[in-house]
Amino acid sequence: MTLPLLEVENLQTHFATPAGLVKAVDGVSFTVASGEVLGLVGESGSGKSITGFSLLGLLDPPGEVVGGSVRFKGEDLLSLDATRKRQIRGNRIAMIFQDPMMTLNPVLSIGTQMMETVQAHANVSRSEARQRSRDALGKVGIPSPEERLDAYPHEFSGGMRQRVAIAIALLHGPDLIIADEPTTALDVTIQSQILAQVQQLCLELGMGLIWISHDLGVVAGLAHKVAVMYAGRIVEQGPVDQVLDHSRHPYTQGLIASTPMANRRGVPLHQIPGSAPSPLKRPEGCSFRPRCARATEACLVAPDISAHHGHEWRCFHPLGAET
Amino acid sequence: MTAFLIRRLVQAVIVLIVTSVIVFTGVFAIGDPLEILLPADASMAEREQVAESLGLNDPLPVQYLGFVTDALQGNFGRSFVYNRPATEVILERLPATLELTFTALVISLVIGIPLGLWAGVRAGSATDETIMTGSILGFSLPNFWQGMMLIMIFSVTLGWLPSTGRGETGTILGIETSFATWDGLKHLLLPAINLALAQTALVIRLTRTGVQETMPLDFIKFARARGISSPRILFVHVMKNILIPIVTVIGIEFGSLVAFAVVTETIFAWPGIGKLIIDSINALDRPIIVSYILIVVTMFIVINFCVDALYSLLDPRIRVSAQ
Repeated sequence: MTLPLLEVENLQTHFATPAGLVKAVDGVSFTVASGEVLGLVGESGSGKSITGFSLLGLLDPPGEVVGGSVRFKGEDLLSLDATRKRQIRGNRIAMIFQDPMMTLNPVLSIGTQMMETVQAHANVSRSEARQRSRDALGKVGIPSPEERLDAYPHEFSGGMRQRVAIAIALLHGPDLIIADEPTTALDVTIQSQILAQVQQLCLELGMGLIWISHDLGVVAGLAHKVAVMYAGRIVEQGPVDQVLDHSRHPYTQGLIASTPMANRRGVPLHQIPGSAPSPLKRPEGCSFRPRCARATEACLVAPDISAHHGHEWRCFHPLGAET
Repeated sequence: MTAFLIRRLVQAVIVLIVTSVIVFTGVFAIGDPLEILLPADASMAEREQVAESLGLNDPLPVQYLGFVTDALQGNFGRSFVYNRPATEVILERLPATLELTFTALVISLVIGIPLGLWAGVRAGSATDETIMTGSILGFSLPNFWQGMMLIMIFSVTLGWLPSTGRGETGTILGIETSFATWDGLKHLLLPAINLALAQTALVIRLTRTGVQETMPLDFIKFARARGISSPRILFVHVMKNILIPIVTVIGIEFGSLVAFAVVTETIFAWPGIGKLIIDSINALDRPIIVSYILIVVTMFIVINFCVDALYSLLDPRIRVSAQ
């Protein structure tokens, strides 16, 4: 594998709330190469979206990156000044958000919002910016893009709006796209259209993609690599087939078992006992310990990363260890 | 659109009829103008003659019908005190008041919106606290007291600005106005500031709240993720969203500015309709009171109509539903 496009090391994002310190992201490391799709999977509150926002410096206060490094093409994103960060955002690294109903400004036309994005990073005339915006809309399959530029977000359906968001993300041919559950709010048919489109565009343009999702099924079909997050940490990551077919961490196992699948029809769905710990009161040691059937005394200490051929996990009692 | 216009017109007419009935009855109940108009030693015959000439002997419904009949022909009665058509007396004074309220409105917007934006962006900081405390003072200190303090400081102590009267007026586009001369502007400044203070405080609070509500929304974060600069986010994305509540309140408040002008005009001896109406109430000059209130109500109706029209300019979602 070539030099990674993005290299995140020991990223820590904390929220100093009145109720106490929330370690939303607690030492996360992963890499993404050009043309590679990383699926970042986890339950709500596991810190996967916060990880995405931390990379781009888009945290709302009191959120703050307190440690680690994010190297993007050799530059440490965390130590950049505001101007340089702004130059990278939307230009080299683009982001797609979860709810397409909320991501476009309701009182500005699509054209205005696209053209300002073009002009934020390229010194071009209005007509040139409009031209590029129209081409981008056309590329994501929006019919009659010329007229649609003058339309407002409420005149688009959810799926169409997400296409617009994708078109905006693609405006500058970014090296990396961070997609934060971009299909969660959409119908299944629209979801698959969007998925296919993103997949194709990534392949064509050779972009790196971080696909944040709680849906293992989607990630399984899309990603090259998977990272499973639990309580602010990546508990297991590696090539998608390894992680899904030979999962080592009991949490990953639980996630897979609780996903409905055609070959297990009729079999009662597995449920992981208990619920995700409150980010204010995470258990000592392995955070998954209270919900884990394999936990022992040893789990009172946080497990380090074990690795085998690019497959990493944080567990003292990994599954499949005997074989 | 036509249906909308007709509906608004019908509403306006109903409002005018209802107010005129209330005002007419109310003024009738206040007292007998003869007590004030006639010298104390007037004979019964004189009383009778004056009452007859002013039409005060008829029962209330007959007087009202007479008033309506005349009003429909544009005749709102003759002032008892000035012995001239009431509308003429009012329209003569109206420009001075409109000029004062307009200036106050502009001051409140020009000062209030930037301060509100500033406070909203820096919420919780010392700047924010200072601005907010200042705005509480603007709200809670009595208007007349603020006016007196302004005179004390700027006219009496510093001697910079004149304390009373309208000063020299000039003609711009055929309208006689204080804007045309330096002396007029100097006379206008203090009363306008006095009238603007409470209004400015309101605009600051509205703007700050708007900024605080809009900033955490997804589309602002998405705009940041697109690499849009902070000034553009604030002045275009946020501003366009918060202008709707601001325009609403300003529309309503423009009317109350005209009403508040009564106090300011009295303090600064500004020859506007506020002072006229106080004098007329004291003299029980019925035609003036009734015409004044009807003119103010008409202004309210027109302003509200303008506000509605502005909405559809500001918010594309309203534009569609109106079609």
